[in-house]
Amino acid sequence: MSAAPSVAVEPREHYLNVNYGIRSWLLTTDHKRIGLLYLISITVMFFIGGLFATLIRLELMTPAGDLVTSDTYNKLFTMHGIVMIFFFLIPSIPAVIGNFVVPMMVGARDMAFPKINLLSWYMYVIGAVITLYSVIVGGVDTGWTFYTPFSTTYSNTYVFTAIVGILFAGFSSIFTGLNFIVTIHKLRAPGLTWRRMQLFLWSNYATAVIMILGTPVIAITLILVAVERVWHIGIFNPALGGDPVLFQHLFWFYSHPAVYIMVLPAMGVVSELVTTFSRKRVFGYEFVAAASIAIAVFGFLVWGHHMFVAGISIYSAMLFSIMSYLVAIPSAIKVFNWTATLYKGAISYRTPMLYAFGFIGLFTMGGLTGLFLAALGVDVHVTDTYFVVAHFHYIMVGGAVMGYLGAIHYWWPKMVGRMYPEGWAKLSAATIFIGFNVTFFPQFILGYLGMPRRYHAYAPEFQVLNVMSTAGASILAVGYLLPLIYLIWSLRYGEIAGPNPWGSTGLEWQTTSPPPTHNFEETPVVTEEAYAYDKHPEMEFVA
Amino acid sequence: MWSDFPLFPVRASNFADKVDPLYLFLVAITLFFSVGIFLTIAVFAIKYRRSVHPKAEQIEGSLAVEATWTIIPLGIAMVIFIWGATVYYSYGAPPRDALRIYGTAKQWMWKFQQADGQREINELHVPVGRDVAVTLISQDVIHSFFVPAFRVKMDVLPNRYRTVWFRPTRTGTYHLFCAEYCGTAHSGMIGSVIVMEPADYESWLASGGEGSLASSGEKLFRHFGCISCHRADKGARGPDLAGLYGREVHFQDGSAITADENYIRDRILGPRPPSKLVAGWQPIMPVFRGQVDEEEMLELIAYVKSLQQNPLNVNPNAPIPDEQQRKRNPQVEPQVIRP
Repeated sequence: MSAAPSVAVEPREHYLNVNYGIRSWLLTTDHKRIGLLYLISITVMFFIGGLFATLIRLELMTPAGDLVTSDTYNKLFTMHGIVMIFFFLIPSIPAVIGNFVVPMMVGARDMAFPKINLLSWYMYVIGAVITLYSVIVGGVDTGWTFYTPFSTTYSNTYVFTAIVGILFAGFSSIFTGLNFIVTIHKLRAPGLTWRRMQLFLWSNYATAVIMILGTPVIAITLILVAVERVWHIGIFNPALGGDPVLFQHLFWFYSHPAVYIMVLPAMGVVSELVTTFSRKRVFGYEFVAAASIAIAVFGFLVWGHHMFVAGISIYSAMLFSIMSYLVAIPSAIKVFNWTATLYKGAISYRTPMLYAFGFIGLFTMGGLTGLFLAALGVDVHVTDTYFVVAHFHYIMVGGAVMGYLGAIHYWWPKMVGRMYPEGWAKLSAATIFIGFNVTFFPQFILGYLGMPRRYHAYAPEFQVLNVMSTAGASILAVGYLLPLIYLIWSLRYGEIAGPNPWGSTGLEWQTTSPPPTHNFEETPVVTEEAYAYDKHPEMEFVA
Repeated sequence: MWSDFPLFPVRASNFADKVDPLYLFLVAITLFFSVGIFLTIAVFAIKYRRSVHPKAEQIEGSLAVEATWTIIPLGIAMVIFIWGATVYYSYGAPPRDALRIYGTAKQWMWKFQQADGQREINELHVPVGRDVAVTLISQDVIHSFFVPAFRVKMDVLPNRYRTVWFRPTRTGTYHLFCAEYCGTAHSGMIGSVIVMEPADYESWLASGGEGSLASSGEKLFRHFGCISCHRADKGARGPDLAGLYGREVHFQDGSAITADENYIRDRILGPRPPSKLVAGWQPIMPVFRGQVDEEEMLELIAYVKSLQQNPLNVNPNAPIPDEQQRKRNPQVEPQVIRP
């Protein structure tokens, strides 16, 4: 496998060395550079969000609220949620990996709207700065869910500032989605029909549809919160004539599909990884592609499953429950198809593939525990407990973050033209997998025992499981810090990767690494389906 | 820390006996699918590793296989759905003869009032083996009434009454948690539900009477001047409230509504749109929003409810059909005895 690394040479000129200086980066319209700008920004936000999580887990080592005050604790979990969801998970794969590889996968020179792409990053940065400003001046304590009338009337924290920050992040998300849709529709290379597209494109297309249709709803909802908070116009607060449950409908109308914004791109990544490292066409291409679209559509019809005890009618709850089971089916289909793709493959255990295995395992657990929450009778007991916390971390961290790290390790050679140290990378993948399970599995048990979420102090019989969870979190933290170190190290000391170290048939690998500013020396022509490994025995591992 | 280390919650109500079997069924489904998928992946990953299986065989896919793994999970999902919906339905309507308890939630405490007048803070005493219905409202933000040992949870809203019910099956003291985040001391908004033998419960009730809810409500009815208009005699300027609860009320625009707790609360607080004035009466009633707190409101409602049988001989424990029950049995009309 590592037969001939010395053969690989770096191209003389590429998008990283074509020009230098701050201006060339801050005013760039190159989708690859914008992807890297996003990479740096969301990495900063990830570790800030991780710091909040660390403090939360340290506080929960003991049943008494003794490390920080209740107000501080409430701000910590609020900021952890806001930073991780709006400023890390939602932009993670689309804005970093998607920005980098979507134009190359369609064989284009850039996104359809390169300037809007750059504007998207500025929107993100402005939003992040405003949100961090709200943390520095005093923080927000509403939970990332901003439930009314607490957020509009009773909270004495910087709700308005945080909302403004999230609005900017929302626009950055809309701009990214817009670019994906137009780019995939209009800029595909000659011969690249819809049925020949790589599955990463399908899943990002589905994601972009949710971004465009869902994000305006959360923007309007948060503006309504601000209107009631600042001008006391009654919308949600019953004392002013409003309805507090209305907020939950509007909020979850976006925020449930937002889960699919986080996990659909990761599913696309896993399809790329499983095929590349099995050297096989994906089993049931049409079903995997259609499942992405089905998830995007059905995802908009299940928001009420967050509200089974919130005061909605029994019959609407039943509809939301049955719809939730329907949206689970396409996810299950994907898992089965990935598993079947391994059958009679030629499987290699490189780091990205380990992340793909990790994703499938953790996402399966997250998905199956979702069945508990969609089951009306069981949800009454487990909603708003640690069971929910465990479930959505399995989906969002076990699923989305594993997918993101898999993507980073897979496309890193393309992004920077260098390989990372494989041994360290495998170690970190294993550390993250183990740390993750030790952190979050005990929380399922805690949840069924009845420990409510967002509790600063808790009953003493919950301590053992909480200590386990905190111990796991410290393992997880090590796992997340390792890639930061060896990936930076690889920029200078990593082996030269060459154009296609994994021997992938993906269009983005058919150019040099790092690619030239306009991606391809000449516009590629696509003559075959994606993942046609049988027709390309010459594409082999060189790294 | 290690002395008390449960892995499964205590089972202390009728709902625990319904929720736990479904939960265990789901655990079994989860184990079956996750172990199945993990083993399959492990077998394929080892058997077809590149060092022993260097050449992949291309497989397009198979409609039959896709249909199989779509339809079977769908069938299992529908079984879970129906089972879950059945359990959920039983949470809905409290039995008609349930013991009635009223409560208010506010940042950050629970207050409960037994119909006989016993009041308690962050404690709720109930008898074992009897259906108990707790009607709750919040004075500020959304809270949630959660008793893990009973597998019961219900959000408590600031704008309307909601009723949760359960039948305790084991005596003991159980956690009461607020499960909806409500601000600074959310994790301090906890209490206990104390399930007692019926005889112990009766003697506990007898130990601290402060006058029934309805009798406190009667005092408020005079205090707020309600009595000067809402009378039975000819000089009345407002409708006589005897028999109001559970009765259909007709408005000037021809529409009608059945008077329940939420209706009475909304009418007292106001505002009342002109089209929704009670037919035959002038719009002279003041708005009480901001003047009556939620505990006083519960007492006033208890008094108005008591009026349907006999305003002189109050029986506040009378079974009251709630909203959902009336929907199910529309023919049930409370008995009205005029003075």
